[in-house]
Parts: sequence; structure tokens; C-alpha cells
Amino acid sequence: MCGIVGFLARSEADRARLGQLVTPMLECMATRGPDSAGLALFRSPLPAASRRFALYAGDRAFDWQALNTQYQADNNCTATVEAVENHAALLTDLEAGPFKAWLGRTCPEVHLLSAGHAIEIYKDEGHPEEIARRFHFSEMVGTHAVGHTRMATESAVSPAHAHPFTAGEDFCLVHNGSLSNPYSVRRKLESLGIAFETDNDTEAGCRFLEWRMREGDTLETAIEVAQAELDGFYTFLMATADKMVLVRDAFACKPAVVAETDDYVAVSSEFRSLAHLPDIKHAHVYEPAPEQIYSWSV
Amino acid sequence: MVSLKQLDLTDLSVRQVNEYLHGELLEERPAGVEILNPDGLHSIAAGLDTKVNVDILGHAGYFIAGMNQQARVTIHGNVGWSVAENMMSGVVRVKGHASECAGASGHGGLLVIEGDASSRCGISLKGTEIVVGGSVGHFSAFMAQAGTLVVCGDAGPNLGDSLYEATIYVRGSIHSFGADAQEEEMQADDFEKVTDLLSRAEMNYDAREFKRVSSARSLYHWNADAHQEY
Repeated sequence: MCGIVGFLARSEADRARLGQLVTPMLECMATRGPDSAGLALFRSPLPAASRRFALYAGDRAFDWQALNTQYQADNNCTATVEAVENHAALLTDLEAGPFKAWLGRTCPEVHLLSAGHAIEIYKDEGHPEEIARRFHFSEMVGTHAVGHTRMATESAVSPAHAHPFTAGEDFCLVHNGSLSNPYSVRRKLESLGIAFETDNDTEAGCRFLEWRMREGDTLETAIEVAQAELDGFYTFLMATADKMVLVRDAFACKPAVVAETDDYVAVSSEFRSLAHLPDIKHAHVYEPAPEQIYSWSV
Repeated sequence: MVSLKQLDLTDLSVRQVNEYLHGELLEERPAGVEILNPDGLHSIAAGLDTKVNVDILGHAGYFIAGMNQQARVTIHGNVGWSVAENMMSGVVRVKGHASECAGASGHGGLLVIEGDASSRCGISLKGTEIVVGGSVGHFSAFMAQAGTLVVCGDAGPNLGDSLYEATIYVRGSIHSFGADAQEEEMQADDFEKVTDLLSRAEMNYDAREFKRVSSARSLYHWNADAHQEY
């Protein structure tokens, strides 16, 4: 089992309290997966030249200001850093490729969790409630968020194996299920020069979809291609800067429930994590059909 | 005698509610029980074995009214996976939609789902009668051995795959049959059975609109000449 949650705020009021709405959803799903958790938060996009890099360090006392000072000196540019314990967001103008190269040379112990104009990923090993509290999920403001509570069944429990997974910029995937052919997908992508960071099956799905989008597919088309290539059981919940997308495999062995109102779209593995959302009694609550692609725009 | 007992799941745990239904209820003998704020919680009203009306007021989670005997349980909302799983007798009615495996392995009683039921409705059915007001998802009545599934809407892919002696009646379209399931002509006793079930389920349809689906029984015996081509 794993738990997935997603919330797309259609109203300004819900955007202002996105963290307050999505955090109890995530915490409720801790019973489906208590070993690690994560959240991808999407804010209103930064200007085209700016990017937000989400960073993770194993050491909770890591000196993020020193990293920022080093970054600015080495790259002769300005940046700001917003840090909480072993997580930080560095806002700067450098593109993702050069930034990642600099990070690998200078601070190989720091892991790049996400890059983009809108996305910021938080994830770590530990109980979902503890992770939500440490990173102050309930204070977050944004347009949409997807989260995951993991019960590892196919690869190690580690911060890197926690979801959400990301590839490219402003794209992430959370997954409940298991793929049976991740290694053949991985070999195919590696032959195209795509590098992997873990042996996790979800990473194979995530990088496959991002590769298709880089080749020009929309996310929906990429999912249709993936449905023919990826074998296994899955409920995939994905997000880009301007949408949240859900799909289940043909057998729909992994649960999902959707609740829609004029103000929001909420997705979860189980209804009980939606039960306390505002006006839920009047929401349109339904189970997504197998293989059907559900896409909601910001 | 208590006229109506109300149990609120914002104050009580599911375990406390079920302990009341299995214990104190038998002493108090209320006219009925209302369970408030189910909020998607699992296993509410599971394992009941007494004649009592239980109303669950809202959406509920997995295994609601599982193993039911004698009780009449009504859920005023949607339910998650495996509602009325392994039911023995009594009536379970879902006013909204049901998720997967509704009525799985049920031996007896009546399960009514007023909305849609998702995939694998009536999987491994052993005698329960299920009436679905809406449509059912893929692999419904998979390996169903005895009992009846009445679908007032449409049936999804692979209906009745590896069916034994259960019978399926479908009013709407059938996406596809599973292995060994086939449509057969409705007989007088089929019309009688469907009319009776629709009446007990309080569904206002004419039995003449329904198709009968049952097993071709070609999977019952090993056929060495089939070369695994079933």
C-alpha cells in the first residue's frame, strides 16, 4: 500500500490555505504508508528567467547560507535561500543543467529534489506527520499540491526513494502500485542518455513521461504512450505548473477517490482523507474509471 | 426500550460502535441505530448478527457491513471497497455508489446499490442476491458460484469471467463477456426472479428489459484436446 493525495485550488481563498487543506489529507493517509512521505507544492510561476531549486541534505544542521554564499561567488550572480532544517529552496537565474553541474562539483552531499518556475518538492524518510510538521506543510500557499505516504514494497526505504519523483522541470509523479517492467523501461531510457538516481520503479515511470513530454507530447499523450509501455498496477497522480492529472491502470487494483466542488479538486486513495474538506457534503464524489485520463487545470 | 440509538463517530471509535452493536444493543433493543459522521472510516457495522435497522449517515470506507447476518444496514452515501463482503443474510443498501468488490463472496441476503458499483462486483459470489441500480465495472461476478447479480445499467468488460452457477441479469449494454460467460434466453422463472428482486430492491424497471447471462460450463472439465485454448 501507499497513500496518494492531491489538491488543486480553484479559488483564491483555497490557494491561501492550500497547506491547511492538504496537510490533514496527507497525515490521514499515513496509515497506508508510514515509512516516508513527501509533498510537491506548486506556486504561481516565477518570471521566465528565475528558477527555484529544492535541495535536500542528510544533515539537519546543514549550513544553507554558506552554500548560497559559495554559489553566488562561484557563479557571479545573486540568489536567495529559504531553508527549513535539511531542506532549502534556492531562488536564482541559473538554468537547471548548469546548476546541477555546479551542485555536483561543489556539494555532492546535497541532493536536488526539484527544479522549475512553480514546483518545490519536500520529502524525507520518517512518519508523514513528523515530516509535515518539520517542513511546515500546513503553512504552505500555492495553486496545487500532490503528496504521498509510502509503504515500501519494491525498493529501499530512503529519502531518495520517497515520493514525489520528478524529472525535468515543473513535473512530478506520485504512485500507488508497482510496475513489473521498470528495468526494461530504464534500459530503454538510459540508451537515450537519460540518467537515473535510484532503482525505484516510480522513477522509471516518471522519467518515461518526462522524456515523452520533452519530445513534444502533451502530458495526456505521454500517458497514452506510457499505458502501452508500462506494465503493472498503478494509480498515478501527476502535476505540472498548470495542471493535475490522474490515471489508473486497466485493472484498477489500486484505489482512488475524487471530490470536486466549484472551489477545488481533491484526490486521495481513500475518502476518509477527504472527509474534512470544506463543503465535502455537497462535493461531486466519484471513483475514477480504469485507464481514463483525468486532467484538471489551474 | 430505547426508541432510536444515535452513535457519533466523531466521539466514538469504530471499535466502540461495533462493540455496542455486538453487545449492549442486544440488551437495549433499540428501534434502530443511526451512525453519524462515518467520514470514510472502515469496517463500520461489520459482523452484525441480530435483527436491527442500522443507518450510516454519510460516506463510509472499506468492509462496511461485512459478514452481515439478519441486520438491515443502510448507507446514506458512497462506500469504499468490499461492502457487505461475505454477507450471510439480512439486507445491505447503499444509497450512493460502491467501490470495488461489492458483495464479494457473499453467501446469502440482499445487497442493493442504488448508484454504480465499480469493478469486481459480486466476485466469488456464493449465494447473495445483488441488485445494482446503476452500472457495474469490469470483471463483475468473476468466478461467481451461486446467487444473482441484477444490473439495471450497463456492465463493463469481462462480465462473468469464469462464472459457475450464479446468474446475471443486465438491463443495459454489456461491454464484453469474460471467459465462459454467455447470453441465454430469458425463461419464465427468470422473469419471475428479476421481478421479485427489483421489487425487493425498490427498483422500478420491467423484467422484460433484462438479458440473462450465465455460464456455458465449458471450463468445468479439463479438455485435453483444447491445447490450452480456452
